[in-house]
Amino acid sequence: MSLKDKLSELRQRGLADIKQSTDLKDVNQVRVQLLGKKGPITEVLRGMRDLDAAERPKVGAFANEIRDDLTAALTQRKAELEQAVLNAQLAKETLDVTLPGTPVAKGEPHVIQQIVDQIEDLFLGMGYQVLSGPEVEEDKYNFEMMNLPKNHPARDMQDTFYITKDILMRTQTSPMQARTLEKHDFSKGPLKMISPGVVYRRDTDDPTHSHQFHQVEGLVIDKHITMADLKGTLQVLAHELFGDKFDVRLRPSYFPFTEPSVEADITCFNCGGKGCKVCKNTGWIEVLGAGMVHPNVLKMAGVDPDVYGGFAFGVGPDRFAMLKYGVDDIRNFYLNDVRFLTQFTKKG
Amino acid sequence: MKISYNWIKEYLDLDVKPVDLAEKIERTSVEVDDVIKPSDGLKKIVVGHVLSVEAHPDSDHLHICQVDVGEAEPLQIVCGAPNIAEGQNVIVALPGSRIANNVKIKKSKMRGVPSAGMICALQEIGFSEDVVPKAYVEGIYVLPEDATPGDAVYDYLGMNDSLIDLDVTPNRGDMLSLYGTLHDLAAIYDKPIDLDHPAVKEDGAAIDDQLAVHVDETLSSQYRMRLVKNLKLGPSPMWLQIRLWNAGMRPINNVVDITNYIMLKYGQPLHAFDYDKFAGEDVYVRTAKAGEKLTTLDENDHDLDENDIVIADQKGPIALAGIMGGLDASIHDGTTTVAIESAVFEHDHIRKAAQRHNLHTDASQRFERGVNQAGVQEALDAAAQLMNELADGEVQKGSVVGSSNIPEPAVITITLPHVNAILGTELTMDQVAHILESLGFKVVISAETLTVTVPVRRNDIHIPADLLEEIARIYGYDQLPATLPTGRMTMGSLTTKQRLVRATRKSLEGLGLNQAISYALTTADKAKMFMMQASETTELAWPMTVDHAVLRMNLITGLLDDIAYNSARKVKDVALYEQGRVFYREDGQDRPAEEEHIAGAITGTLLPAAWNQPAQPVDFFQMKGIVAAYLKDMAVNGDVTYVPNADMPEMHPGRTADILVHGHRIGFLGEVHPSIAKKFKVGATYVFELNLQAIVDMPKQENQYDVISRYPAITRDIAMLVDNDITNEQIVALIERRGGAFLQSVKLFDVYDGVKVPKGKKSLAYTLTYQDKHETLVDDAVTQAFDKVSKHLEEDLGAEIR
Repeated sequence: MSLKDKLSELRQRGLADIKQSTDLKDVNQVRVQLLGKKGPITEVLRGMRDLDAAERPKVGAFANEIRDDLTAALTQRKAELEQAVLNAQLAKETLDVTLPGTPVAKGEPHVIQQIVDQIEDLFLGMGYQVLSGPEVEEDKYNFEMMNLPKNHPARDMQDTFYITKDILMRTQTSPMQARTLEKHDFSKGPLKMISPGVVYRRDTDDPTHSHQFHQVEGLVIDKHITMADLKGTLQVLAHELFGDKFDVRLRPSYFPFTEPSVEADITCFNCGGKGCKVCKNTGWIEVLGAGMVHPNVLKMAGVDPDVYGGFAFGVGPDRFAMLKYGVDDIRNFYLNDVRFLTQFTKKG
Repeated sequence: MKISYNWIKEYLDLDVKPVDLAEKIERTSVEVDDVIKPSDGLKKIVVGHVLSVEAHPDSDHLHICQVDVGEAEPLQIVCGAPNIAEGQNVIVALPGSRIANNVKIKKSKMRGVPSAGMICALQEIGFSEDVVPKAYVEGIYVLPEDATPGDAVYDYLGMNDSLIDLDVTPNRGDMLSLYGTLHDLAAIYDKPIDLDHPAVKEDGAAIDDQLAVHVDETLSSQYRMRLVKNLKLGPSPMWLQIRLWNAGMRPINNVVDITNYIMLKYGQPLHAFDYDKFAGEDVYVRTAKAGEKLTTLDENDHDLDENDIVIADQKGPIALAGIMGGLDASIHDGTTTVAIESAVFEHDHIRKAAQRHNLHTDASQRFERGVNQAGVQEALDAAAQLMNELADGEVQKGSVVGSSNIPEPAVITITLPHVNAILGTELTMDQVAHILESLGFKVVISAETLTVTVPVRRNDIHIPADLLEEIARIYGYDQLPATLPTGRMTMGSLTTKQRLVRATRKSLEGLGLNQAISYALTTADKAKMFMMQASETTELAWPMTVDHAVLRMNLITGLLDDIAYNSARKVKDVALYEQGRVFYREDGQDRPAEEEHIAGAITGTLLPAAWNQPAQPVDFFQMKGIVAAYLKDMAVNGDVTYVPNADMPEMHPGRTADILVHGHRIGFLGEVHPSIAKKFKVGATYVFELNLQAIVDMPKQENQYDVISRYPAITRDIAMLVDNDITNEQIVALIERRGGAFLQSVKLFDVYDGVKVPKGKKSLAYTLTYQDKHETLVDDAVTQAFDKVSKHLEEDLGAEIR
């Protein structure tokens, strides 16, 4: 058998052995056997010195070719077997992906806070400042400067927690109108502000009354503010908070600190305006009070009502939340049952 | 005020349904609470004529009646009313009928006797007991003699009318009457109204010879009386009774009913006195004197106040003016001569007296808001005329007038450009003038100016803004355009404080706490707990309950109340925070300072047990981790340190730490004292409270970029035994001070004080990380630094390095 034939046979046998190897240990053994120092190829190459000088390079080249073939076959077989091992490992690691995720600690903002933040963001975008005022207020700001002198019958509309004759828990965020009007420098531009906060009324707590609740006051004063601007602003507010399909309508009302005074209704949530029990078959639900700032309020705060004027509104976030989510008891907002607090999780 | 749709239609030619009318009123004038048609929901209720009445054989009070209901055969109905009698026309609910509250009436047997239906009291067909004439309160109602058996009863009783219940705002006293409402409707529908005016037929002697009135004009700007003699007291005709009960008033007798009817019609409260009960012929309008008493019509006794206005005769008060008459001089069986009073009383006195005596009447409500001062005499005349017509009274000649100050109508000028500038409209002069005229205002136009004379009855209109409202509402708010303010731009942005408060909330929510909003008014005890500084309490003068009587000076008690509420509902794992104000008051000050605080409370576990992790009850260090992470978010400048505080009575003495930033105490954290927790009925609870305003005011570290070293760090662990009273803080401080230039961090990784360490000792182990930012650190340098630290730990803290 010529050397060449021997080499060919070696290749045949080697490739077959590689193919038959079943694990990495086998592959290694085959490699040592075939390509090691004592292996058959080395042996064949040793026999080359007996060949003609002309034959030697050819056989040498052929031997190298076979060695490369076998090496490649070994590498490939090794990779195949490694892959199989990995696959087996992964198969063992398979999880039930339907098991619940590990709980994380996560807190939620209060639903009233969410509504207040939403209102703040809307008005910030329209160039309003956000201001906050004292919860323990002077009678002067809460009532007198709001055109509600002592003994004004409309004071009966708001039952007040007094601390002394002149100090009280504010019954509304409106005193912030007087406080900001007093301070504002109109030479620097118009006054546009909202003021969210907690207010207090002398009420017995029940499903629709709370001695503590929230308000957001709004005030715009400039030289050319119209009632149409008020209507447009309230429309934007309703659309932002409730959605575009909600309409706003204004109705006459009475607040001593605005003239004209209006109440704003929006399309009933429950029936979409068709009329139902919730809206007493009117299709509308009252959501806020507003109006054009009364000249007396401007005068008392040192603002000339012949030059400046504008609108004010007061929004009740508690009422908004009750309407928006159908919360049937206002006390839920202040009792802080975790099962209630964690219902309002939608972000954005 | 309930206003009758049928009554309105007598004066105004309207072609609208009651609900549409109500809607229009609501959109244009005042709020409407409800529209009620009394016959709604009733079925098969007819007039019955009682043919015979027999006693029930098995009952001492039931009667067996044969009742003609307009059919071929009479019905046999068993009736228990004490006033049932033969020959009466009565209200019969036929078999298959529906009476009040949706009750169905069927044929039945009563103690063995078949009964085909029911003879009804007014209450049974939906009348409120308050309006049922006294004679019929305890029994069935008797219909007029001319009622036809078999007819539906509704028209006989005015039940097919629709009643629009107006919720009149305090400024619109004029709407508390038919005439006032008609004026508004005339403008709304742009239609004329035809109001009737009284023509009194006078007789007898001049009143001046029989009665004199003496009036303090500061108390009563108008005081007028008429005298009617030889009256025949009796029930009012049905039409009048219907007007009253449909307005929610009980018919009493013709004289009293007339005064109430005139009030409903004109808005002017009247009072009828029995003239023969006057002591003398002089009547006084004055304030009450100390010690005077009065028993009012409702038979309640009142100790009069020196600020009460009274009507008095020579002996003393006979009426609480503008509120309620006295019992003694009231109309009663046998009254033949009546003095009718029509007056205006000072509203502030009336308001206070009504509050003082807790006597809010239809009269006081109207005087408080102001009546039509130009119509006082007309109402008086109208009442006298009706007493003549309905009670055969002889109206004496003339009126006595104790005071007669009728205000001048308000005259207001306004320009068209102003109207349009404020309303945002493009109204024409004609439109504006027409609206004002339709309200009954007089308008004189000169160029662009309108000079408007407002009738006295509209006492709410004084300034141009008041006219704007009239124009806007009658024009219709729906017709206003919707725009947004234009003009100079303004910036809308949050202040630093507002941003930090928002960041605070986000941070704590991210750390697992839910936002709570608790009550700021609490009990005196709770207000004073968990105090961070000395303060007086701030108390309400007239709290509703002791639970909400004092302003809080901490947030934690509110959170504990919340936890207790959850716990009582079997919610055991609660993690809350609250951001809000506490109220500190200095002695001598009425008004407290309001300080923004932030507090948290956790009970149970922050992370619930799950299939792959056990529940881990909250402990001090978890709460501390939350506080530390929050303060890191706030980037307060300076070291945050935690100093044990065993002195807060509401806190666990061994598990409470003051929180200091750069040496300033900003709050505390720890476990609520078990006995306090027990008082609140909550389990082990960890809390913190911080002065948020202080955090706002502190200097902050700006974010900055620090190069991350490319050179490897070397770590060394050190474990030591120290005395129990040596704190982690002491050890870390020493390591940091002695650690050398390359020490990057010290991290505690083990604490052990179990059986393997000697008593009074504990074992602590730390990892020290060394790194040079500029080159690779050589081992020798680290070893040298580490040895130095070890040496100092041994020497300075008596540590035994292991």
